[in-house]
Amino acid sequence: MTDIPVGLETLRFVFAGHRPTGVFAPVLVGVVGSGNLEVLLEPREGSGCELHIETSARGFGSIWEAVARDFHERHQLAGIRVSVNDMGATPAVVSLRLDQAVTELVL
Amino acid sequence: MNRRTTISFAECTARERLALLVDANSFHEWLPPAQRVTSTHLAQLGVPSAFDDGVAIGHAQLAGRTVFIAAQEGEFMGGGVGEVHGAKLVGMLRRAITGTERPHAVLILAESGGVRLHEANAGLIAVSEVMRALLDVRSAGIRVVVLIGGSNGCFGGMGIVARCADWVVMSDTGRLAMSGPEVIEASHGVQEYDSRDRALVWRTSGGKHRWICGDCDVLVEDDVMAFREAAIAAISPDGDSSQPRPATLITLESLEQEHALLTARLALLPDHVVGDEAVALWKLYGLGNAGDVAEMNVESLLTQRPTGSQI
Repeated sequence: MTDIPVGLETLRFVFAGHRPTGVFAPVLVGVVGSGNLEVLLEPREGSGCELHIETSARGFGSIWEAVARDFHERHQLAGIRVSVNDMGATPAVVSLRLDQAVTELVL
Repeated sequence: MNRRTTISFAECTARERLALLVDANSFHEWLPPAQRVTSTHLAQLGVPSAFDDGVAIGHAQLAGRTVFIAAQEGEFMGGGVGEVHGAKLVGMLRRAITGTERPHAVLILAESGGVRLHEANAGLIAVSEVMRALLDVRSAGIRVVVLIGGSNGCFGGMGIVARCADWVVMSDTGRLAMSGPEVIEASHGVQEYDSRDRALVWRTSGGKHRWICGDCDVLVEDDVMAFREAAIAAISPDGDSSQPRPATLITLESLEQEHALLTARLALLPDHVVGDEAVALWKLYGLGNAGDVAEMNVESLLTQRPTGSQI
């Protein structure tokens, strides 16, 4: 038995960023399919880099935190909200999707 | 010869198909992902939502003409129509009649297993509303074109929606039917229909079969540009007319003709067929080398339109 409640797990991480993104049109990459995820980038007030994750794979919060931290260390974005809908993607797939989204960011 | 790289329609996401099918950068989305118009049902079941609920709708230019267009994402819940997904399709269709801008045509890039079972009655009602709205658009004289080429096919309620349209374009990898292979096997047994027999599945629901029977109007290779060309042809005016090509009117007479056609099709096959039933049917449609259809490419098959099609 697990003490994790049934349903989706929601996670939120906020990092202090150094590279302001300014105003940009929202970016969507990926699809919510099995072992896949979608990533939506939007501008956000302030200098934070906020990641909001909803995932069907419960109990992997520490791995998500590591993946989010790695992402932030690679890009150091500020003033951005990263929203993720995940259907059990592996950490490598998540990292690739996050990088793909940043690549499509037109600043 | 002018060679170009072929992009598989089946392997593209719904949004990639949209971007490549219409004129470059002309797609303008209604209710885009950032507005988060998502399913209210899925989270309760522990299933993640998609920001667009699995369908993108909007307007675009196709060869310079304004069209309203929707694309279903087959990778999200098999393209299943939930409450919001269906409402987005209905909204797009209704806007074609009631909005300030009347489109030349409405295009639906369908990829769906039908009703999203998680949403049960809400999904069923949504699909029925899509059908009603589609028929209203046709009644208003606006042509509706359905394009099918996703790897999930077009089944269930969306299969019916497709056949409500004026014009259906399919690739040979596309599939169109009411009940999907697994559903038929579950209800009638594996002796009747083995859903794992891919050749059987394509012989009975694939693009080539649908084209031979006349259930789809245009058969193309699995290539986004081939779909684009077919879509442009489908909405281009007849001859020198400057008016949009109108929808085909549905009348009591046309419905009775359709019923007669389906009755004739059912009567065509004898009770006991030696060998494969689909191949036997294609032969009865007048296709000389029916046994070779599976191996033929689309171009070769198109040279052999059977004389007895539309039976």
